[in-house]
Amino acid sequence: MQNSTSDKVFSFFNYFFLAIIALLILYPLYFVVSASFSNPTYILTGEMWLWPKGFNLDAYKKVFENDDIVNGFINTLKYTTFGTLINVIMTIMAAYPLSRKDFYGRNVIMAIFVFTLFFGGGLIPTYLLIRDLGMIDTFWVMVIPNAVAVWNIIIMRTFFQTTIPLELQESAQIDGCGNIRILINIVLPLSMPVIAVMVLFYAVGHWNSYFHALIYLSDKDNFPLQLVLREILIKGEIDEMIKATSESFLKQQLSVEGLKYAVLIVSNLPMMILYPFLQRYFVKGFMIGSIKG
Amino acid sequence: MEKIVQNKTSIQPASLSEIKTEASLSKWTILKKSFRKNWDLYLLISPVIAYFIIFHYVPMYGIQIAFKDFIATKGIWDSPWVGVKHFERFFDSYYFWRLIKNTLGIGIYTLAVSFPIPIIIALMLNEVRNSKFKKFVQTVIYAPHFLSTVVVVGMLILFLKPDGLINQTITLFGGTPVDFMTEPGWFKTLYVFSDVWQTMGWSSIIYLAALTAVDHSQHEAAMIDGASRLQRIWHINIPAIMPTIVILFILNAGSVMSVGFEKVFLMQNSLNMSSSDVISTFVYRSGILEAQYSFSAAVGLFNSIINFIMLVMVNYFAKKINKTSLW
Repeated sequence: MQNSTSDKVFSFFNYFFLAIIALLILYPLYFVVSASFSNPTYILTGEMWLWPKGFNLDAYKKVFENDDIVNGFINTLKYTTFGTLINVIMTIMAAYPLSRKDFYGRNVIMAIFVFTLFFGGGLIPTYLLIRDLGMIDTFWVMVIPNAVAVWNIIIMRTFFQTTIPLELQESAQIDGCGNIRILINIVLPLSMPVIAVMVLFYAVGHWNSYFHALIYLSDKDNFPLQLVLREILIKGEIDEMIKATSESFLKQQLSVEGLKYAVLIVSNLPMMILYPFLQRYFVKGFMIGSIKG
Repeated sequence: MEKIVQNKTSIQPASLSEIKTEASLSKWTILKKSFRKNWDLYLLISPVIAYFIIFHYVPMYGIQIAFKDFIATKGIWDSPWVGVKHFERFFDSYYFWRLIKNTLGIGIYTLAVSFPIPIIIALMLNEVRNSKFKKFVQTVIYAPHFLSTVVVVGMLILFLKPDGLINQTITLFGGTPVDFMTEPGWFKTLYVFSDVWQTMGWSSIIYLAALTAVDHSQHEAAMIDGASRLQRIWHINIPAIMPTIVILFILNAGSVMSVGFEKVFLMQNSLNMSSSDVISTFVYRSGILEAQYSFSAAVGLFNSIINFIMLVMVNYFAKKINKTSLW
């Protein structure tokens, strides 16, 4: 293998630019971590830019003393757990029949599902429906209207079709095994990788979403963490920018400054802990999906 | 036909009769037969079908309120028809062109910047031979995908506010601080580049996957002919991932008018409204907050129809030019 000079130059710049891109992504994330442990005064004066300065855990104490944040955290945990459970069950219930070649009408049913990807009723008719169903400000509005995603049905159906041997299912059928039993005893145990991917996809979606809550929830006790975060991180800051800053306000600002960084960390904690383990599953799931269904 | 002839010659009365009945079966009887055999599968999928009908198709039925004056006590069906009154009001309003300009502006800006970058990153990563470095870069650049929109916008504000890190750096070098978040001129750029920051890694995965399918013997042949790495990327790798690029371009170009609500809404404030108000945020304000249901449904429908037409059109052109398309 011969390496010409131009290839060496190319290689150098390739590594160089990729390293810069990685740094551009890493630094803001790192800064937030560092800032959450620092004394807020140093953040506002710009003295803290790499290592935590004036190390302390006050910000975290404030986060856990804040009832809104704790309540939001618990709510999000509930929505994510139940929502994901419903999502995964519904996805399996749709994907398995659609994966069977002897399931007559599967193309029509698939078309009914896929059409909703390209056209929908829009926000207002959906809102009126949810209101008529009496779901506003209930627990159910957070888990039912988004009970299943078409794209995930396609991923799972493709997995069933390509990885579960058809002969295995046929022989079980000959032995007198019903469809549901084939699904539970044969197909699902072989589908754990894709189920893991689904759990992760849906759970991340629930954990991160705020739109549903913004539209359908008005009772603060039901707010998920993301809406609480919005109040603290976005609404508060913007109000500050629009209003003129007074001296006493500056003091108050100092006390919440650290909290903002800490709450960013806390809200992403589950993800940060799981991310290194989950990453390969996510990528795998993405690959399964990209084998066009 | 051939099969039937073959069967006729090979004296097999049982299978012959089977084929005959198969041919005379109507669709309806096949369905009945399939239902008797797989009734449990139909039962299994029925809640999902019910879900789609209730939460996706019933709202489509509700679209008719765009052509009516919706009165809550009368319901969707009994509210009086008013024709295209709401559409006319929208087209004639002074904010119509502002909304179109902003929606289209953000959409095209995003397409122009966010679309090519993941392709370049995938091509670059594909050239990395050091697998540890490659893994490290991948782990880092995929990470922001898992942050919520609220967190990303929250970070954006923390960094760009008047006494944030960026403005501290600007003052350090003797510049004057900029009101990034409230200055209308900055809105679209901030929107697009924070989007690039969050999605470029994740979006590159699909191209990386397509690149693994490139035949290695092509590269070997090109190397023997003395092609440099850049030449090989240009003449082998890029053509190999072209179908993927076209499909994703169709999807992205088809949705330039469907700028998402979530992020724009979070970055919006009373001072940057002139460049941040898009159709979806307008529908939210006039519909959910001001309860002008029929009018906002009309605006929403206008947007959905445009999106649908765009997708069909881009797909048509892609088919003509490149013979790659969604359908």
